[in-house]
Parts: sequence; C-alpha cells; structure tokens
Amino acid sequence: MHLQTLPWIILFLPLLAAVVITLFTQRDRKTSATLSISAIVIGFVLTVIFIKANSFNPEVKEVSLNWLDIGPLQAEFGLRLDALSLMMLLVVTGVGSAIHIYSWGYMHEDRCFSRFFASLSLFTFSMLGIVMANNFLQMFISWELVGVSSYLLIGFWYEKASAADAAKKAFIANRLGDFGFMLGILIVWAALGSLNFGKLEAGLADNPAALGSLATLGGLLVFCGAMGKSAQFPLHVWLPDAMEGPTPVSALIHAATMVAAGVYMLSRTFFIYTPEALQVIAWIGGCTALLAALVAVQQNDIKRILAYSTLSQLGYMVMAVGLAAPEAGMFHLTTHAFFKALLFLGAGSVIHAMHHEQDIWRMGGLCKKMPVTYWTFMVGTMALAGVWPLSGFFSKDAILAAAWHHSMPLFIIGVGVAALTTFYMFRLVFVAFLGGERSHEVGHAHESPWVMTWPLRILAVFSIVGGVIGVEALFGGMLHPGGEHPHGLAAQLVYPFKHAPVAALSGLAAFGIGLFAAWTLYARAKEDPLPARIGTLSRWMRDRFYFDELYEATVIKVHDATAAVVDWFDRWLIGFAAVRGSAGATSLFGNVLRFIQSGSLQAYAFLLVLGVAVILFFVLGR
Amino acid sequence: MNVGLEHYLVVSAVLFALGLLGVVTRRNILVIYMSLELMLNAANLALVAFSRFNNNLDGQVMVFFIITVAAAEVAVGLALIVALYRRRQTTHVEDLNLLKH
Repeated sequence: MHLQTLPWIILFLPLLAAVVITLFTQRDRKTSATLSISAIVIGFVLTVIFIKANSFNPEVKEVSLNWLDIGPLQAEFGLRLDALSLMMLLVVTGVGSAIHIYSWGYMHEDRCFSRFFASLSLFTFSMLGIVMANNFLQMFISWELVGVSSYLLIGFWYEKASAADAAKKAFIANRLGDFGFMLGILIVWAALGSLNFGKLEAGLADNPAALGSLATLGGLLVFCGAMGKSAQFPLHVWLPDAMEGPTPVSALIHAATMVAAGVYMLSRTFFIYTPEALQVIAWIGGCTALLAALVAVQQNDIKRILAYSTLSQLGYMVMAVGLAAPEAGMFHLTTHAFFKALLFLGAGSVIHAMHHEQDIWRMGGLCKKMPVTYWTFMVGTMALAGVWPLSGFFSKDAILAAAWHHSMPLFIIGVGVAALTTFYMFRLVFVAFLGGERSHEVGHAHESPWVMTWPLRILAVFSIVGGVIGVEALFGGMLHPGGEHPHGLAAQLVYPFKHAPVAALSGLAAFGIGLFAAWTLYARAKEDPLPARIGTLSRWMRDRFYFDELYEATVIKVHDATAAVVDWFDRWLIGFAAVRGSAGATSLFGNVLRFIQSGSLQAYAFLLVLGVAVILFFVLGR
Repeated sequence: MNVGLEHYLVVSAVLFALGLLGVVTRRNILVIYMSLELMLNAANLALVAFSRFNNNLDGQVMVFFIITVAAAEVAVGLALIVALYRRRQTTHVEDLNLLKH
C-alpha cells in the first residue's frame, strides 16, 4: 500500500475549506467552523493512516508534477515524504486540530467567526505546503503564503490599532528575512542548477565544493528566511507584538507551526550550510535564547511571557541546528509544539475566564477556580522547564548534549537559559495560579467549557510522553544516520544520563536553581520584588532591552527619511513637474492660442492673405 | 505715352488691394462678396496682360476658365447668402460668429 494520493488530499483539504468558507458560508457560523475543523481533523486522520500504511519511511519518497519548464528552470510541484516531513505533518495537523477545536469555544462570541476559520484554514494549507514541499520554489511560495495568512490572523481584530500595527510589523519583518531567503535560493539555483532538495543534496554530496566561494553566503542568506519566520535576533521584534492576535492564533502560529517553519527549513536544507555558516547560526540562536529569556523574566502580560519564552526556545532550536544537531532541534520543535501550544491554550483559557485580563498581577489563586486549566498548565510549565521524565527534558537535553560536545560557551548559555526558563515560568505559575486573589475578577472566574479543556488534556498527555515515544530516534535516523539512538521506553528514559551525563545533570540543576529562586522570590510576593533588587537591569529587561526603541531611532528613522525623499521625488518631480507640468503646458498653450480664434471671418481672411504674402515673399522676394 | 506691362500690373495690383481691403473691412456680406469678385477680376486683368505681352494665349484661356468658375461660384454663393439671410435675418458678418463657439 502506498496511498500516494493521500498527501495531496491532506494538503488541499484546508485550502478547499478556506475557499468554501470565504465564498459560500460566510454567514453560517456553524458550517464554517465545522468545515475548517473537519478539514484539519481529516488531514490528521489521513496522515495517521498514511504513516500506518507506509511507516515513517515510505518507499516512494517523492511525488511530483512538472509545473513550469522555462529554459534551464524546471519548477516542480511535488511533495516530499520522509521521516522529517511526515513527523512534522503529524505535529501540524495534530496540534492544529486541537487548536481548531479550541477556537470554536474561544472565538464563539466573535462577530467574524467565519472569517477567523477561513484564515485559519488558509494558514494550515500554507503551513502544510512548507512541510511537504520538495523544492525551494514551492517552499518559498508556501513560505510567503504563511506570511500573508499570519498577517490576516494577527490583524484579525483590525479595528484595534495595536493589532493592525502588529500585523504590519510581523509581515514586514518577515519580508525582510524572506528577501534574504530569495537571494539565497537564487544563489543555490545559479550554482547548482536545481531547486529540488533531493537533487541538491545528491549534487552537494558528489561535489561538496559545488557552491564555491558563495557557499557560506548562500547558506546564511537562506538562513535569513528562517531568521524572519522563526523570529531570531535581530528580526525577533515582531513575535511578542504578534500576541495582539486572538489567543488560539498565538498558540497555532507562534508556538507550534509558523515559527517552527524556520527550524524545519533549516533541517530540511541542512546540507547546504558550511561550518562557518553553522557557527553564525549557532551564535544567533544562542543570543536569541538568552536575550528572550532575560526579557521574559520581567514581563507581566501572561501572553507576552509565553511569547518571549517561545522566542527563547526557538533560539534553542536554531542553536541546535547550528551545532550540527538538526535532529535535536527538530526533537525540541516537536515537544515544544505540544507544550507551548498547551501553555498558550491554557493562557487563553485563563484570559477567557478573566474577561480578557492579561496582567498576571491581577490574577492569583486561579488554581481552585480552574483546576483543569491549572493542572494542564502546570504540566506544560514542567515540560518547558525540563523536568524528568516530561518531554521537554529529553529534547532540551539533546540540545545541551550537542552544545557540550561542540562549544563550551554555548553550553553555558544553554544551561543559563534553562535556569531562566524555569524561573520565569514558575514566576508566572506562582503569581497567576497560586497565592491569594489579587482582583475581584478572579472571584467570578470559572472553568472553561469542554471544547476548550479537552484540547488542553490531550496536549498535556503529549507534553508528558512526547519525549519517549521515539521522536528522537526518528529524526536521528534520518538527519544523523550512523549515530546511536535509543529505542524502547526504558532505554529512552535513561538515555540522556548515559549519553551525556554532564548535560543531563546540568539541565536538572538549572531546573532546581530556577525553581528555588522563583519560590523564594514569588511564592508569597504581593508585588514584583525584582525591580527593587536589581534596579536598572530589571528596567532593561522589562523594556525588552530597548530593541524597539533602537529600531525606532535607527532603522525606522532611515526608512522614514528615505520615504520622505522618495515621496518628494514622486510628489514634485513626477507628480508635479512631469505629469501636471505637461498637462499644464498644453493647457496654457491652448489658452494662448484661443485668443487667435476670434470667430471673425474677416480676420481669418486677412490672416490667410497675410500668410500667402509671407510665403510669396520668401519664395519670390529673395 | 506708351502703355507697358507694368501699367497693367499696377492697375491689377491696385484692384486686388482694393478688393482685399473690401473683404477685410466691410461688414455686409454682399459687399464682401462683390469685393471678392473684384479680386478675381484683378487676377484676370493680370493674366490677360501677361498673355498680350508674351504672345501666348494660355493666359486668356485661363481667364475664360476663371470667369466660368466665378459665374458658378456666384450662383452658389448668392444661394448660400440668401439661405443664410432666411435663417438668421442678417447679412452682417459680425453676427455670423458661430465659428468661435
């Protein structure tokens, strides 16, 4: 059994749903939601069936159609089906399904319910396009589609100025990265003459120097794309602002899928990066992880804390790729998708119950009011913090182990970030869920409906077991063949301690330190004690190290100045001088000539004779 | 006094200039019309004079043609003027300024 048509159906179902909702069922909220949800749930079921039939390693790895054939450019439209894309397919459709269902409950009161689901389906289609693309061109198209649909989703509440701005910011930051991505693709195509991943990989394996002197540059330009999508420093500024979108969107786009696209693309194209390029990638990842974790410590908005936490974990994944361990990055991506989606949905549940209050200092004591949300949130927190044997521990350990083997400074950064992660997550839990009620809204809070809690429960289960269900071996087998990868439950549970005990123990120590610090500072805190203790540093953290202000003062100033010059050029030289100038000159000339036309026959006759006389004078008189 | 070609041509030129003056300055369209005829006849006079002094009949033939065409033109022109008068109740050129508007 090959079931080659299934992947096509999986890919196009969400697009179909989006089109049908947009064109026909805008008014019927229930049908729209049902269509969108069933598209992705069916996609998930079909993915499971396909994997059951073919395992993670199908005999036929590619199905493709020839799409464009222009001279040397051969653009295919094809799907690549291997362990990497199939696992990612499971994650996207699986986590996506949970989030789609949850959205039904969360968005129920919204006026534009149908539009929301249409955008969600369009996004799912684009994301699946990235995952299954078998060549750079197709991936780039889907990549841009993801950009567009994320713009639609972040700006879903476009009547709020902040949401509209955030959507623009996300789109523009992504476009900046995508420009580099496109240049990178062009370099690769110019040097190797193909866009197909399989052919490129084979070509580079035959002749590693095929990319020549442009190898590092090309790799880094392709990485630019990932930098935009995965919000790596210095293009990270859009992700926290993107929290203006509805919470399910934050969960879907900014936890499980869109931002993961960058890491996925890095793993997919891992073969083109030179050691120098990897060095840069690793350090950018490390810096992002550290910066974002520091910022997360002093945020008070529940979604912003999670947003910076996402940034920090993405930094981890990119660092893993840079440390030549893409399998560890993908492993962390998978587990992170589970527990970060869980955390975002949990946060959404809290926000829903608190009537859109997002400040953690106005919550407190929610554990009694919302037990399901509390316990699932706790599971997500522990998984993110890396508690053995929850999923986050194993994936984070894989990254730390890679750092331990390759680069000591990055290992120290990694452990430090792990401690910070535990600290800020438990700060959030202690302040928001434990302790006394800090505002009267808490008194009215109640548990969310079952459409919202069941996705939480399911994601919680995966957050617990995600580390030991063979994900690591799966990615390892494909991306890092020849390495040893644990099989079987018991072997996986103890693997980190045998493989790289220092990394595993440092990870646990980081958790201990973070938890202890959070407990002493926040367990009984009435207000944040940190600003008083570390003063200026806390202010810098709270104000996100002034990156937005820095960009405001430099990039945006330069941009505005350029825009002003261009505007002047357009307004005065093109608009005024060229367009209105020529029109004005014609009209002025006409106005002058009008005086000659008097309507008097005799004047015409006289002029006629005068003309004849002048001609005669010139012809005969000289 | 010996009458030469120059004298004929001067008379012809004076007639032509008088005709032109009439066309440009007179207001009544009928008078303008007569002035036009005067200009045509000035041309005829010049042609006949050239014919006579060059011993070539071509000019006289040309004059016959001009007289014929002028007769036809008078018929058409007068008919137009009558039609115009019937429609506009005027033969003053200053009232005939439709070209301007």
